[in-house]
Amino acid sequence: MDWKQALLQSWGWMAAFIFLILVTFVLSLATGVMPVGMNEIMAVLSGSGTPKQELVLLQLRLPRMIIALLIGAGLALSGSILQGLSRNSLADPGILGINAGAGLAVVLSIYLFGQSGGSLLAKPFFLPVFAFAGALAIAALIYRFSWKGGIDPERLLLVGLGFNALCGALLLILQLKMDPKDFQQAAIWLTGSIWGIQWPYVWALLPWILVLMPVAFIKARTMNILQFKQEVPVALGLRVESERRLLLCLSAALAGACVAAGGGIAFIGLLAPHLARRLCGPNYFSNLPLSALIGAALVLIADMIGKNLLAPADIPVGIVISVIGAPYLIIMLLTRKGTGLKA
Amino acid sequence: MARTAADITEHMQPVHQKSIKWGLAGIVLVLIGLLASIGLGAIWIPPSVVWESFVSFQGGQIEHQLIREVRLPRALTGALIGAALAVAGTIMQGITRNPLADPSIIGITHGAGLAIAIALAFLSGGSYWVLLIWSFAGSAAGALLVLSFSMLSKERISPVTLTLAGAGLSTLFSALSTGIALYFQTAQDLSFWFAGGLSGTQWRHVYILLPAVFLGLLLSLWISRSLTILALGEEVAAGLGQSQQKVRWIGLAAVILLSGAAVSIAGAIGFIGLVVPHMVRLLIGSDYRWLIPLSAIAGALLLVLADIGARMINPPFETPVSAVTALIGVPFFLYLSRRKRGYM
Repeated sequence: MDWKQALLQSWGWMAAFIFLILVTFVLSLATGVMPVGMNEIMAVLSGSGTPKQELVLLQLRLPRMIIALLIGAGLALSGSILQGLSRNSLADPGILGINAGAGLAVVLSIYLFGQSGGSLLAKPFFLPVFAFAGALAIAALIYRFSWKGGIDPERLLLVGLGFNALCGALLLILQLKMDPKDFQQAAIWLTGSIWGIQWPYVWALLPWILVLMPVAFIKARTMNILQFKQEVPVALGLRVESERRLLLCLSAALAGACVAAGGGIAFIGLLAPHLARRLCGPNYFSNLPLSALIGAALVLIADMIGKNLLAPADIPVGIVISVIGAPYLIIMLLTRKGTGLKA
Repeated sequence: MARTAADITEHMQPVHQKSIKWGLAGIVLVLIGLLASIGLGAIWIPPSVVWESFVSFQGGQIEHQLIREVRLPRALTGALIGAALAVAGTIMQGITRNPLADPSIIGITHGAGLAIAIALAFLSGGSYWVLLIWSFAGSAAGALLVLSFSMLSKERISPVTLTLAGAGLSTLFSALSTGIALYFQTAQDLSFWFAGGLSGTQWRHVYILLPAVFLGLLLSLWISRSLTILALGEEVAAGLGQSQQKVRWIGLAAVILLSGAAVSIAGAIGFIGLVVPHMVRLLIGSDYRWLIPLSAIAGALLLVLADIGARMINPPFETPVSAVTALIGVPFFLYLSRRKRGYM
């Protein structure tokens, strides 16, 4: 039962990140355009705050922060799964074009169904479905095109970059046809901002994460075996290709749901699993939960920075993440030795 | 060294007849493309009228005016930008020895985009020239950053690593520019600039491009022989006493000049610099003394055709030409990335 061992070994870091999330949660709840003190937070939580405080905390900040946590965890898991199945530490749903595919599907649906694009964006339960369809379509294309007697990790990345560019071109065509109001909305959304800050969006995203996360954890053993070269998984009786396809669907579903709620936040799927691997090693029994925690913490922190740095203006969380993530990626690329999951 | 010497003579034939043939054919095709580009549009102008407007120009005739003031500068700008981007791509692929290098993939265009976003936000009412200079500086900064990754590192950086570093840098630049544009509410202005393309080009663009492309081509041809030797391997080049540092700096200057001018006028037109050098290499091999001029011709042809396509896909609206070149270029990129590594 190596999962118990893995969890025991990484227990310290998991506790540390849970603590970090709790601290950030409280800080983020208290800060913003209208600062709220600790006592007032306690008052609101116990049901005796003023209506205005209740509105700010319970209707505006709380759902937004919960969405941030869910998106962070979901994208991190999606990235971790992608890295596992491609045996490449640089795979990320954002870089590979899966986010862009989901974004394209959503923008296309905004464009097709009604000029008042806002009306569709106001239907939170449909968005993840469109986004999932787009993410899955792109994932399938990437898989198909990087298949050449096997999946070569580098080929997968390059093919993904190509599809990312293709989705970008198609998005550009669509965007220029929109009226300025829809355009602004789509632009903000694509950059990755947690804009759906109402409870319905939480309820739209939560089931996806709640269902898919345990599936990912169940698949940890498969992913551990997939880290070996092709012969070993086959010798161990693993149906490698069907497992890979299943994992790819899982990853696309997670990314799609998150993109629907938070737009195209890049780099989380890259950073979180990579950090997790640095801290606790390559075992997926510990990598998956730790990645999810790190991802949740990162998006929550980035959102807090984004809403306070230039207040009252909101910096989309995707921009904050990119500013942290891109230098990290470049340093990682330039200092790593070899390829694959060693980095 | 025996193998090396043989390789060099094989790569550098004194008279490259195949290249001359392809070059002449290319020039004829570019001329036909230019004529088509002038004739096609919202109003179809038959070639006879196009010809008349050149030989016996009549200021009173509206079609002649249209040709002189709108269609002709646009066609020429397209040809010059196509040539510039293709040669910039050729040089980049040569000095980084990376078959996937292209101004749009490795962060130069997004560097210019960031500079434009800053200029749009902070220099209200900035004149056309100010924007042009900013965009130029931005693409230069992007080029310096990305190419310094491959030039400063001791080990050779693999194509995948450089491409990814470029993609990361592009994401960073575009996130920053989107942030600035959203904050100052100039997002759609930025997008229109970025999608750019060739609509609205005027004679002044031709006048800016001509010296930049000319100088860039001269610099490129200056190092063409060294690039051919570099393509045989760094050891060979060093063995022949070649100063690689000097070649790289001249190449970088050419890339900045060519792609900077192209990007500041037409925005993000991707993949020309990726596709063209490979196609030309398939035709005539990798002697850069021929590769560079032929890439210029083929790049001009490709962008003129793509621009015609951009006008024909969905008339009367113009499809962004960057989208057209991406639709052409991505399949090619996919094909290249499916090939065995170490191709070049």
